[in-house]
Amino acid sequence: MEALIALIIGVLTACGVYLALRARTFPVVIGLTLLSYAVNLFLFVTGRLTVGQPAVISDQAVGYTDPLPQALVLTAIVISFGMTAFIIMLALKARAELGTDQVDGRLDGGDAPNERGPERGRQHG
Amino acid sequence: MSHLVIAPVLFPLFAATLLLLLRRVMPLRLRRSLNLVALVIQILLVSLLAQRVAGGEILVYALGNWPAPYGIVMVADRLSVWMLLVTSLLAFFAMLYAVRGTDAGSRHFHPLFQLQLFGLSGAFLTGDLFNLFVFFEILLLASYGLLLHRGGANRVRAGLHFVALNLAGSTLFLFAVGTLYAILGTLNMADLAVKAAATPPENLGVVRAAGLLLFVVFALKAALIPLYLWLPAAYSSTSAPVAALFAIMTKVGAYSILRVYTLIFGAEAGPVANLISPWLLPLALATMAIGTLGVLAAHELRRQVAYLVVVSVGFLLTAFALGTEASIGAGLYYLAHTTFAAAAFFLLADIIAMGRGTLADRLDPGPVIANANLIGALFFITAILVSGLPPLSGFLGKYMVLNAAVDLPSMPWVFGVILTAGLFGIIALARSGSLLFYRAEGLIERTGTAGRSAVGPNWGRLLPVFGLLLLCVTLVIWAGPLSEYTRATAEQLLEPGVYIRAVLGDPRPV
Repeated sequence: MEALIALIIGVLTACGVYLALRARTFPVVIGLTLLSYAVNLFLFVTGRLTVGQPAVISDQAVGYTDPLPQALVLTAIVISFGMTAFIIMLALKARAELGTDQVDGRLDGGDAPNERGPERGRQHG
Repeated sequence: MSHLVIAPVLFPLFAATLLLLLRRVMPLRLRRSLNLVALVIQILLVSLLAQRVAGGEILVYALGNWPAPYGIVMVADRLSVWMLLVTSLLAFFAMLYAVRGTDAGSRHFHPLFQLQLFGLSGAFLTGDLFNLFVFFEILLLASYGLLLHRGGANRVRAGLHFVALNLAGSTLFLFAVGTLYAILGTLNMADLAVKAAATPPENLGVVRAAGLLLFVVFALKAALIPLYLWLPAAYSSTSAPVAALFAIMTKVGAYSILRVYTLIFGAEAGPVANLISPWLLPLALATMAIGTLGVLAAHELRRQVAYLVVVSVGFLLTAFALGTEASIGAGLYYLAHTTFAAAAFFLLADIIAMGRGTLADRLDPGPVIANANLIGALFFITAILVSGLPPLSGFLGKYMVLNAAVDLPSMPWVFGVILTAGLFGIIALARSGSLLFYRAEGLIERTGTAGRSAVGPNWGRLLPVFGLLLLCVTLVIWAGPLSEYTRATAEQLLEPGVYIRAVLGDPRPV
């Protein structure tokens, strides 16, 4: 099971890094989201993989699973959720203001920043 | 257990909530006053805290009264309080500038400003690595809002890069923290220091990897080479008071580097001792060199000031990297100076840009700005301050760092880079000053917006600049006691045992 989890985290991270390096905002956002999924899983298993054990005090318990990573991952999920929502809104705003969804705000094929951004954005929006 | 320790964290949160709730009830004028009053109270709270810790006592506040390695602790030592003091003074003057009109046009500027302060104070006071991550996220989320304040294509473009980079940075931070927890089984910084020093050999590689991953994250926040590329665009495109407040943001990264790599991976950390010392000095010197090239190449004044921030980060981390008591103390003195000076420069650049109509802050010969003598004189003083010429605090900071480096083996590199960077900084600023003020001719090409025709100097906007420059003068006048304090801070940092005992030590009275 360790190998499976490690493989999942590795694949998620690899896909996340690949997408985050793309030139358009949508893949970048998806990439960052995948990265945050990967890190959430990673945080969750930092307390080691245990099956069927209680996280809090119990009379019949023979062992415990570590409750702290579960608290950490909750915090991390909330934060990454908020950040993802923010960057999606920002990407939409960038699309409207710059008239393109290239991450550096350049038009496809051209290398000068788009000066007519807002007009173009309105046409398409 | 004194509740004063957590007051600088809770108070801005309280003020932000109040400002958010009162938005519909209170006119903007009153909310501005409320925010300024809150910032003054924040300064007073931090000063009270400073009196408590100046003697060397380390105050520990266990949240919920959970004892140290299990609960989250807030720790106020000399370093934290010094950073808090610089932050709160800076925030007050940045807000004093913002209330002159920059804050209009977005509904949540005031709450966001206080939330930013909340995140900063928390990051400086926390004694828990995961909690540091949480406060980083708070201050980043507030800074995203402030950076994008009032929008515009440039800000959105710079903001998108800033947010995406910081999200990637947060992911790395979590990977590093998770790895440290998985191996060492704790997140409390003092406890981490104890556990890291006793790392068994088979886990050494993983702990080192996690420590270096943390360094990447902090280097991104501090804008160390090669992770500085977000800074010039973000700082030069945002509004002036926000850029002024952001002068402390890179120092959060520098603070984290100083804290983590003296406490957890410091000289006494056994197998993981001095983890980043082979990296920090070359990177810091390279940052200074590259930043100086940026200063020389910049076409706009605000971008030039942003590159000066990069140079100052390089200088600061050079001082920290030398690692002696004298050099870290000098670096902390320089930290206060460079924060205030950079903030004053951002505000001044905005004033100059507003006076030049459509030319804004582009470094082209243009029309004579109104009140050129007064603003030119202020530019001259600020330039002297930033480039580290005598008699102001920049020179003292630089002198103390150089003095600390004299006997070290890395002396030729440190002297060479610092002095060359200083010379080129002076050349670049002299060129900007003469372009802006001496080669000026003709009349202002007026744009449609109001306020350009004002004849007298805008004292309301100049006041914060004077205030920040006065703080730098204060740094010179009380250089003796203040550098004593920073030196004592460095002494405290280089004895992590005291910190560890204060946090973990004998059972605290309830």
